[in-house]
Amino acid sequence: MIEFRDVTKRFDDGTTAVNGLDLVVEAGTITVFVGPSGCGKTTSLRMVNRMIDPTSGTVLVDGEDVLGVDPPTLRRGIGYVIQQAGLFPHRTVLDNVATVPLLTGWTRRKARQRAAELLELVGLPAELGHRYPVQLSGGQQQRVGVARALAADPPVLLMDEPFSAVDPVVREGLQDELLRLQAELDKTIVFVTHDIDEAVRIGDKVAVMRTGGFLAQYAPPAELLTRPADDFVAGFVGKDRGYRSLSFVDSSGVEVAEVATVAEGSASESSPDWRLVVDADKRPQGWVAPDGSVVPGGSLYEVGASIRGALDAALSSPSGLGVVVDAGGHLAGVVTARQVLDVIESRRG
Amino acid sequence: MTAVGDIAKYLGDAGTRAALLDMLLDHVYLSLVPLVVSVVLAVLLGLLCHRFRQVNATLIGMSNIVYTIPSLALFAIIPALIGTQVLDPLNVIIALTVYTTALLVRPVAEALAAVPAHVTAAATAMGFRPLRRFLTVELPLSVPVLAAGVRVGSVSNISLVSVGALIGTGGLGTLFTDGFRQRYLAPIIIGIVLTLVLALVVDLLLVLLRNRLTPWARVGKP
Repeated sequence: MIEFRDVTKRFDDGTTAVNGLDLVVEAGTITVFVGPSGCGKTTSLRMVNRMIDPTSGTVLVDGEDVLGVDPPTLRRGIGYVIQQAGLFPHRTVLDNVATVPLLTGWTRRKARQRAAELLELVGLPAELGHRYPVQLSGGQQQRVGVARALAADPPVLLMDEPFSAVDPVVREGLQDELLRLQAELDKTIVFVTHDIDEAVRIGDKVAVMRTGGFLAQYAPPAELLTRPADDFVAGFVGKDRGYRSLSFVDSSGVEVAEVATVAEGSASESSPDWRLVVDADKRPQGWVAPDGSVVPGGSLYEVGASIRGALDAALSSPSGLGVVVDAGGHLAGVVTARQVLDVIESRRG
Repeated sequence: MTAVGDIAKYLGDAGTRAALLDMLLDHVYLSLVPLVVSVVLAVLLGLLCHRFRQVNATLIGMSNIVYTIPSLALFAIIPALIGTQVLDPLNVIIALTVYTTALLVRPVAEALAAVPAHVTAAATAMGFRPLRRFLTVELPLSVPVLAAGVRVGSVSNISLVSVGALIGTGGLGTLFTDGFRQRYLAPIIIGIVLTLVLALVVDLLLVLLRNRLTPWARVGKP
């Protein structure tokens, strides 16, 4: 658990980066600090491992005031992932990952063995261990950065805009990877970003900060989207927040109906209804329109995902029928937007 | 043809060959000791420059001025300053150390400043103490720039040691003073050739050493 008690940081030039921050990061959760530049999110993060010390107030890690711990010792027990990874260009990937174990006195052999395990954990092939960082892609470097932060198995992980320098597709992969790792490792993670979509995607709780170092709202992502505390938070959360908040609504109660299908490649006879084309494994392949033409399908909704997926499947389908599949991608049935909206309406009541 | 004949005759004498070897070894000693000492000094001063902006301006300014002092003058002044004998080889060693240090301070400071901030921040955040961070992160990363400076310094030292012969401190420069005095071309040519070969060999060794220290600087991108 990390606790900020009335923490204020004023820099020598007179700017106040953090203003009376009171906040508790629960153990085993991902807490995201998000806000525009100058809101104090990175400064707050850096006060946890004493890269910056507060002007007043107290930061506690597991109940202990960090100011009472010698900084290098404190830092070796707190994983840190930085933007652009900050890997050592002159050390191999394996030795980069082995850094903190070596600092804490492990033998080189044992540290490298541990490093190899971590490369596997973050999904990197073992042969990359003998390369230098410059030989890796941005996404791979970032994974090495995460592996390095986890090497000494610290209970707390600080991540300072770790994925902001990679392209959106790679970023999404890294976010999924982080969530998968967290499910396995159960760390206390503080994650800083300026990207609200990233914040609501990965955070158990999100702290929205405002220029001048004020905490504007501290809440779970769904609450942030449905009940922003003020205009600043509403504006920062951005457009379509009603729709986006459906990501946090479960889809129980949405009834799945049967649909007429035709086997892929079979002769299509005319019919007044839209019919779904399926392959031999019952995987959806598109639609046959009433006039007999074949059109591509919309998004697929996997049973058990959030209700946003169900609504999107219905809205994006050319037939107006959202295609529902099971975890294996096999057809389970269809839903209509009206049915989904009825479920959403009934939840409100 | 006479020059070649002269050289063959000059080298034919076993005593001369032994003397040449002595001069060569003296030359190596007089040029490389200052090089090693000045690398250490320049790293320390470069670190001061890097950490303290005030020191930076002062030291860089001073090193520029030092480098403009004529070498012969410096060789002659040093005994007066530190009380050594006029013919003491230490004079040459000290003078060349001063020059080479002045030459290296700026590249060292610049190389340290060029270490990416996110790399040093990551090192600090992982729990490196300042000295360890300097020795194992910042210094290794500044080796490519430092090596370029050291190569210039080694060539400059090897040529400047010859000037020391004018005040009688030994080394291959003695061949030039002797040759001029006796109006005898052979030792002068031998002296030039040996100085050149020495400079090239030392440069080659420095390149090999640099490559050995920086395998990471020569790997291809994917």
